Amino acid sequence: MSVPLLPIAASATLVAAGASLLLERSLVRLLAGVILLGNGVNLLIVTVSGPPGDPPILGRSAPGRMADPLPQAMVLTSIVITMGVTAFLLSMVHRSWQLTGGDEVQDDTEDRRVRLRSQHDEIAEAVRERRRAYRRLVAGQRAELARLNAARHEREHREAREMRRRIDEVGAELDRWVREHGEALPPERIAERRAEARRAEEESRRERHERVRRIREDFARRERELAEHEREVRERLKARRREARERMRAAIRADRARQARAEDPDLEGDD
Amino acid sequence: MESLIPVPVVLPLLAAALKLAIGGRLRRTQAFISVGTLAVVLAVSLVLLVAADRQGPLVTNAGGWPAPFGISLVADRLATVMLTVSSAVTLCVMVFSQAQAYADQEQAAPLAIFHPAYLIMSAGVSDAFLTGDLFNLFVAFEMLLSGSYVLLTFGGTESRVRAGATYAVVALVSSMLFLVAIAVTYGATGTVSMAQLAERFTPLPGSVRLLVELTLLLVFVVKAAVFPMSGWLPDSYPTAPAPATALFAGLLTKVGVYSIIRLEALLFPGGPVGGLLMWAALATMLLGVLGAAAQTDIKRMLSFTLVSHIGYMVFGVALFSVGGVAGAVLYTVHHITVQTSLFLVAGMIERRTGTTSVDRLGGLLGLAPLISVLFFIPAMNLAGIPPMSGFLGKLALVRAGVADGSPMALTLVAGGLVTSLLTLYAVAMTWNRAFWRTPPPDVPGAGTVLEGEESTEDEEGPEGAEGPEGAESPEGAGGSEGAEGSGERGGPGGPGGPDEPRGPGEIRGPGEPGAGRARGTEGITGREIVTSVRMPPPMIGATAALVALGLSYTVLAGPLSAFTVRTAAELLARRPYISAVLGSGR
Repeated sequence: MSVPLLPIAASATLVAAGASLLLERSLVRLLAGVILLGNGVNLLIVTVSGPPGDPPILGRSAPGRMADPLPQAMVLTSIVITMGVTAFLLSMVHRSWQLTGGDEVQDDTEDRRVRLRSQHDEIAEAVRERRRAYRRLVAGQRAELARLNAARHEREHREAREMRRRIDEVGAELDRWVREHGEALPPERIAERRAEARRAEEESRRERHERVRRIREDFARRERELAEHEREVRERLKARRREARERMRAAIRADRARQARAEDPDLEGDD
Repeated sequence: MESLIPVPVVLPLLAAALKLAIGGRLRRTQAFISVGTLAVVLAVSLVLLVAADRQGPLVTNAGGWPAPFGISLVADRLATVMLTVSSAVTLCVMVFSQAQAYADQEQAAPLAIFHPAYLIMSAGVSDAFLTGDLFNLFVAFEMLLSGSYVLLTFGGTESRVRAGATYAVVALVSSMLFLVAIAVTYGATGTVSMAQLAERFTPLPGSVRLLVELTLLLVFVVKAAVFPMSGWLPDSYPTAPAPATALFAGLLTKVGVYSIIRLEALLFPGGPVGGLLMWAALATMLLGVLGAAAQTDIKRMLSFTLVSHIGYMVFGVALFSVGGVAGAVLYTVHHITVQTSLFLVAGMIERRTGTTSVDRLGGLLGLAPLISVLFFIPAMNLAGIPPMSGFLGKLALVRAGVADGSPMALTLVAGGLVTSLLTLYAVAMTWNRAFWRTPPPDVPGAGTVLEGEESTEDEEGPEGAEGPEGAESPEGAGGSEGAEGSGERGGPGGPGGPDEPRGPGEIRGPGEPGAGRARGTEGITGREIVTSVRMPPPMIGATAALVALGLSYTVLAGPLSAFTVRTAAELLARRPYISAVLGSGR
């Protein structure tokens, strides 16, 4: 059987043209696509379903030379159906024009909402994650501070205890020495020694106070630095959240603008 | 007995013609015609079901043309069980839609347009189940599609036109593909009678067979919304009027599933596409249910679970064993009923509160206990909680999958169980947020949603751009909105609020949409929707009947599963069908 190349090529062209028109957003082009596609398919049915022959009418053609009547009946049915659907699509084009002034098929708003919601969720999750990290940082720094504080107190207590012990020791030694040499030494020497010892004690106390002051200052500076750092982190976080919010708003705005553009009748048809 | 076979196709068509001729007049007669027609169809389907089960496939030839040349209508077990369930569902949804239209004071447009389109669609569905002719199956698809185009874009609001465009284009492309497949089939075999095709495909070269099988499969997969072809469904279904969505969800995808079963069992038994179908089923189940978990709108959530659960049926078919096909048939029967009742309940929630978005719902258990119960039972049924039919269908499929034992089948079993769990998660989340939690302060307090646009506002349509302002003005004139709102909230607070008897006239006086305890909210269509406490009893009755039907599958589990096994055995044997159509001598 020979292959009828020309009708098949014509049918393929019609189907290809129809299919590419179906990808358009404009309902009128869709309609044209449906019509072309229908014609191409009908041509295909007639072509592939048997060799050509005489009209299948009893009494006019010899039964042996008739073309197969069944595909013709099928094509007639499908033409009628395509016509009905075309009429329906036309009325839909008209209704769309009545409602929006155009015939573009819009995106589904619910889809867009779900998509935006997921974006929103992602940003919110990122912000929550940062806040958690920040809280962990602050808690860690507070613990460190408390530890340092406790260590400082401990050290001061230890030093004070040591000092008291030394004073007691020196006092005891002095008493012993006075008992042993009390008669041999003149009272002025004793007074001199005592004053000397008091001076030394004064000196060491000043020194101790000086050290404590330095440690306190050091600690205050550290605390100030920590607070500074904390404020900085807070500010950075705030900036990040603001930025995320801005991005979110910009996305929503862009989306609205896109929809408005799509619905704007003045911009119709220049795609 | 054979002469009854064309009734489910011809009777609704005649009724549709009659109703088109009557137009918007004679409301009671019209209601009687619609419900009566569908009730007769249901009765005939039941008779055919019993007869087909007792005697084997029944055949009648349209116009008296003998079998391979004329169009045969074949009522075998599969066709009649689908027909019975679908006509029961169709009848319930028709009662529901009539009650809704009556309560909305919309008589003309539903009677003149909605009912005829509905009847034509139901005729198309019946024809698709009964026909034994590939080209007639195409015609049946076109009948049900043209009915569904009208139902989906009913009222012609902007969102419905948008959804309708998506739906119509996808349906058209698949129809064109169907025609191409028919052309190839006819060119290769010289017949479109399915019984004869079953014999003539066998000697064809493998590549030609595969081409025809894949093309036809693609067509039916688009109709059934199996995964890569499922994107159109959640975008188009939720915007349609509630009864239309319910019917689409129950029937249209199942027509696709039915066609896949017929194709794989009768025309290409044991073809090489089983593995492909398994993958498609797995992807459909998992991606569908993940989509469902992400939604905040009840109708969209239900649309995604609808897609997801199609995967179970495809899985059963792909197993290609008696157990698998029986499980698929059982699951289809269960799913038609449950999914339809869930969508009807979603419609009632919308009438009650003005929205189906779970973000704006809350505390419905206290506000509307009856609706809550009607939602809870089919939702749990859908998720497959044990004694209910969802569990039975899944159990049958899991057993068939384990009996098959191949790694792919076991993967599918695991995927099915995960899907079932995620379905439970999705419906439980909806339940928790819409029914369980304390209502957020801006939740509308009362009422039934009336989509006022269909009748009263169509007359305002030609005024064009002034539509929205026109819809708002009666509210502004009707005094302070806050006073109305608080008045409403007092209503449902009392015990048994929804059941409080109120005359329909009290809900909304004709011509004054903002009066009484009705209240305007923004609906899915963007037009005014009026909510009120009272739910018309027929709406509740129809939904409850469907829920009860879903539960009755549990009671009838023994006979039903035995019947599905007989169905599957008959399908896979093929001989009963072929010899019934072509004569036993063949």
